[in-house]
Amino acid sequence: MQMVNKEFKPKIVAFCCNWCSYAGADLAGTNRLQYPAEVKIIRVPCSCRVNPMFILRAFQRGADGVIICGCHPGDCHYTTGNYYARRRMTLLFSMLDFLGIEKERTRLEWVSAAEGQKFASTMNDFVKTVTELGENKRLEDLRCKK
Amino acid sequence: MQEMMKKKAIELLQSGEVARVLGWKKGEFDYDITPAVFESAEEIENEFIYNSLCSPNLSKYLVKESRKEGKTLIFLKPCDSYSLSQLITEHRVIRENVYAVGIECYGKTDADTIKEKGIKGITKITENDGVLNIETLYGTEKIPVYEVLRERCVNCKSKKHPVYDELIGEEGETVDDCERFDEVAKIEAMTPEERFAFFRNELSRCIRCNACRNVCPACTCEKCVFDNDASGIAQKAASDSFEENMFHIIRAFHVAGRCTDCGECSRVCPQNIPLHLLNRKFIKDINELYGNYQAGENIGNRSPLTDYTQSDAEPNIVYERGGKDNA
Repeated sequence: MQMVNKEFKPKIVAFCCNWCSYAGADLAGTNRLQYPAEVKIIRVPCSCRVNPMFILRAFQRGADGVIICGCHPGDCHYTTGNYYARRRMTLLFSMLDFLGIEKERTRLEWVSAAEGQKFASTMNDFVKTVTELGENKRLEDLRCKK
Repeated sequence: MQEMMKKKAIELLQSGEVARVLGWKKGEFDYDITPAVFESAEEIENEFIYNSLCSPNLSKYLVKESRKEGKTLIFLKPCDSYSLSQLITEHRVIRENVYAVGIECYGKTDADTIKEKGIKGITKITENDGVLNIETLYGTEKIPVYEVLRERCVNCKSKKHPVYDELIGEEGETVDDCERFDEVAKIEAMTPEERFAFFRNELSRCIRCNACRNVCPACTCEKCVFDNDASGIAQKAASDSFEENMFHIIRAFHVAGRCTDCGECSRVCPQNIPLHLLNRKFIKDINELYGNYQAGENIGNRSPLTDYTQSDAEPNIVYERGGKDNA
């Protein structure tokens, strides 16, 4: 009998800010730290560039989890961008939870350019959480499923 | 009340102080009141109506009307006054071109709410001294207005007018102990599965008529994200549960921090979806996390979403509270 590999591999979209988290991801790479290949990084100029629509759109197009990474509060390249992002994302995550969508699928983390280790461990942890949750069923768009 | 308002409107029109009047008139049916622009004294004399069925919020019409020549007279219930104040804050209405007359309000009702009380076959509704005289196919019924108030009026947040030039009637106070968040709290206490089922049940009725967006005094963008045909969520034709979630989350999010909780979205919804719950959830969160904030309370107030403090809560706070299974 042929063995079929049915292990679930989640699709993760990571919005990383250009100045801190993207550089942090780079550092994780140059340090040869392992983090799952399921994480697809999208570079954005600042964490506050992430429109709530982006997150919903990512879920629509088949993402199982969305994580936003930005500079630590106070370290934003544009001084205040991440403070706005923090308020917006808090409200959005709370709304998703209100609608009964698993709140563990979304996350906001602060990762600086020097924190390659934190980037890798955050991603490992997030992928593990989402893998346990399984496929994104509550915010899926059947039209986008193949 | 109606006569006083008519008198005021005619007086201001004839003196040339205002060029047009925003008010209410009879719609297709007697009980179906619709907003209207009046430009002559005769029109006002014959058609102007004000009673407990005058729910529609007129503020949004000022976005267009205040850009016309001459002043526009508008009658504002307290709810509408909050909306106008918010619109002025956002520079969507030209204040100089508006003559705002605040009117006192003891709560409004509408045909839907009356029908919920089990009264069928309504042909005509008249009002006399706070008592509705409802003529139906099966006879006449008399009901006091306060027994058939709409949900938003039962939980009225304020009887105060944040912005007006003149008042007819008495100025009220804000209602501090209103229970408008009780329903939101009830849903928050459910498990995620229950919440999901509840909202699927409600939101799946959506026919994407966009009435909630069109009526909302906070939704005044010239070009709306939902008018993008390529978005895949522009209409109901490609029906999918996602599109409803997406539309309603984004609609509520776009007015978060600016929504004055006037309840127009739920009123106009032809499918009776309790849309105000989503808006109130945002208001409740903002109040809990960033301090009490009422949009439209003062002209020039800064919305909590265009503001920040260094000690704001991290989004993890969402994971730490909420439904039963999170304990």
